[in-house]
Amino acid sequence: MKIAVCIKQVPARDSQPRLNEAHTWIREDGAAFEMNEPDAYALEEALRLKERHGGEVVVCSAGPGRVSQVLREALARGADRAIHVESDELVAADAFNVAGTLADAMRSESFDLVLTGLQSDDQGFAQTGVVLAERLGMPHATIIMEVQVEAAALRVKRELEGGWFQWMSMPLPAVLTIQSGINQLRYATLKGIMAAKKKEIRKVAAPAVLTSRQRVVNLYVPQKTKQAQVLGGTPAEAAKELVKRLRDEARVIE
Amino acid sequence: MILVVVEQREGKLNRASWEAIAGGQQLAAKAGGESVKIAVLGGDVGPVAAEVAGAAVTEVLTVSNAALEPYTADGYVQALVQVLGLHSASFVVFAHTYQARDFVPKLAARLERALVADVVGLTEAEGRPAFTRLVFQGKMAADVLPEGDRPYLITLQSGAIAADTVRRGATPAPVTPVNVVVDGSAIRQRPEAPFREAKQAVDLSQAVRIVAVGRGIKAQDKLPLAEELAKLLGAELGASRPICDSGWLPLERQVGSSGQTVAPKLYLALGISGAIQHAVGMKGSKTIVAINKDADAPIFEIADYGIVGDLFEVVPALIKELKS
Ligand SMILES: Cc1cc2nc3c(=O)[nH]c(=O)nc-3n(C[C@H](O)[C@H](O)[C@H](O)COP(=O)(O)OP(=O)(O)OC[C@H]3O[C@@H](n4cnc5c(N)ncnc54)[C@H](O)[C@@H]3O)c2cc1C
Repeated sequence: MKIAVCIKQVPARDSQPRLNEAHTWIREDGAAFEMNEPDAYALEEALRLKERHGGEVVVCSAGPGRVSQVLREALARGADRAIHVESDELVAADAFNVAGTLADAMRSESFDLVLTGLQSDDQGFAQTGVVLAERLGMPHATIIMEVQVEAAALRVKRELEGGWFQWMSMPLPAVLTIQSGINQLRYATLKGIMAAKKKEIRKVAAPAVLTSRQRVVNLYVPQKTKQAQVLGGTPAEAAKELVKRLRDEARVIE
Repeated sequence: MILVVVEQREGKLNRASWEAIAGGQQLAAKAGGESVKIAVLGGDVGPVAAEVAGAAVTEVLTVSNAALEPYTADGYVQALVQVLGLHSASFVVFAHTYQARDFVPKLAARLERALVADVVGLTEAEGRPAFTRLVFQGKMAADVLPEGDRPYLITLQSGAIAADTVRRGATPAPVTPVNVVVDGSAIRQRPEAPFREAKQAVDLSQAVRIVAVGRGIKAQDKLPLAEELAKLLGAELGASRPICDSGWLPLERQVGSSGQTVAPKLYLALGISGAIQHAVGMKGSKTIVAINKDADAPIFEIADYGIVGDLFEVVPALIKELKS
């Protein structure tokens, strides 16, 4: 089975993004980046499917030059090769442009299965996988917690709201968006890191002109309406005050 | 015209749909007094249509077809493309449910129209309606303008617009059937009946107190610290999703949109950022305490008491205080 995994590189989760001058995006200089978390689970699922059914895992990303770093990381974890649609224009592109350029780069590969994370930690569009399915003419299913492959068909477990789930079948080829927690992640071994150096990252040019369907006019730190009573002082003082308030004011502990 | 597409499953309206209707009405006022219509798709949608006809809208469109029950992305996209061909809208509004996440991006791609998803507020920019979304895990907000041809598709995050702000009509809105042709053979997804996992051993929804841990706890071997605090408070242990994803605690301890909804007297959040999917599961708690080293974490927006600090210093201090 030939499996594609779409991976996005996003600002590191524990960093506080800083605004650019135009307040339309963040400042990239000095920012740290990492693999989008749901995408890491999608990659892991692809590697497990390959272990069970054979085939190839190809990681694909659309973004600026720095993105090759997460592709290398994916190759180190076990992906076979990579496709990088490289363009600085794609730094903050909308889901239509990201999915559109990825679809163009992926079409001739005739993948049997395409996996993406269910959404990204930066823009959180939750659209890329679904738009990609439409562009590739494939059926899709979202928020997937289990994947079973049966001949030319898939049976997948979707997460629904409030603790409900649903099984769904569809023919291959297909696109799935993967929910974090579907499996337990593996980390790259030294051997994997060495092997990754020899694996191919095929560069593909993005279209010269991208037409956006949405535009950020203002990016800002959300206004705090702050209603919490913040208890200050040393940890011991704050702890003492909290226990007192929970006993005497909120009356929620004895 | 602004079209609000409401959601039903087996003839029952999804409550978030009232928020979408209220959002459609507010957007109509912002967009210069446009009319609002509601569409409902499915098998027998009569009762749901009658229910939403109580809102102050000009018309309720029923799109009834056996091929639309149960829901599939392929079926819904086919049907809505036809509805939007017959009723040209400037905006199409949905609640940002799991179902909307599943098919609205496909609809937008099929129509080649903008989709601004997961909107938390309506605003204005360059003289036209703009939409506020949270980005970077809630650390930033972005005001976004949809571009290109209309209609623009919008999904509203739950709780962004209160359902009780829906304006009701003096008389029920007229209900009009819309005929669509749905090619069942072009529906590739074969859904099975929804189910819940086997009965859970811990019912957090009944807990009086909960100590919940988030990614700030850093490692599984740090969990005993939270357990000791929970024991002293007579509390159950809860967790945010990443803790359960990592397998550090069983799924039944997860609080949030895909976990349990809880409403204890006390909810103490340790190293939890307060992402919307977590917050929807616990914001009904009577007293919320947040301990987080980031003073800007969204959890402080919903907490009653907060301590800004390192949980590895604050929790031992709390344990000591409770013991004395
Ligand atoms: C469809 C969908 C469904 C989801 N369902 C759920 C759900 O049911 N439940 C859920 O919880 N999430 C759910 N999520 C995930 C959710 O969006 C967040 O990713 C998740 O809640 C974040 O968990 P967290 O707050 O523990 O981690 P983070 O967001 O990483 O936050 C960790 C926090 O710990 C703080 N911290 C770090 N170190 C320390 C320290 N030493 N002392 C004090 N504080 C510290 C940091 O400042 C930060 O605020 C869902 C997401 C999606 C897309």
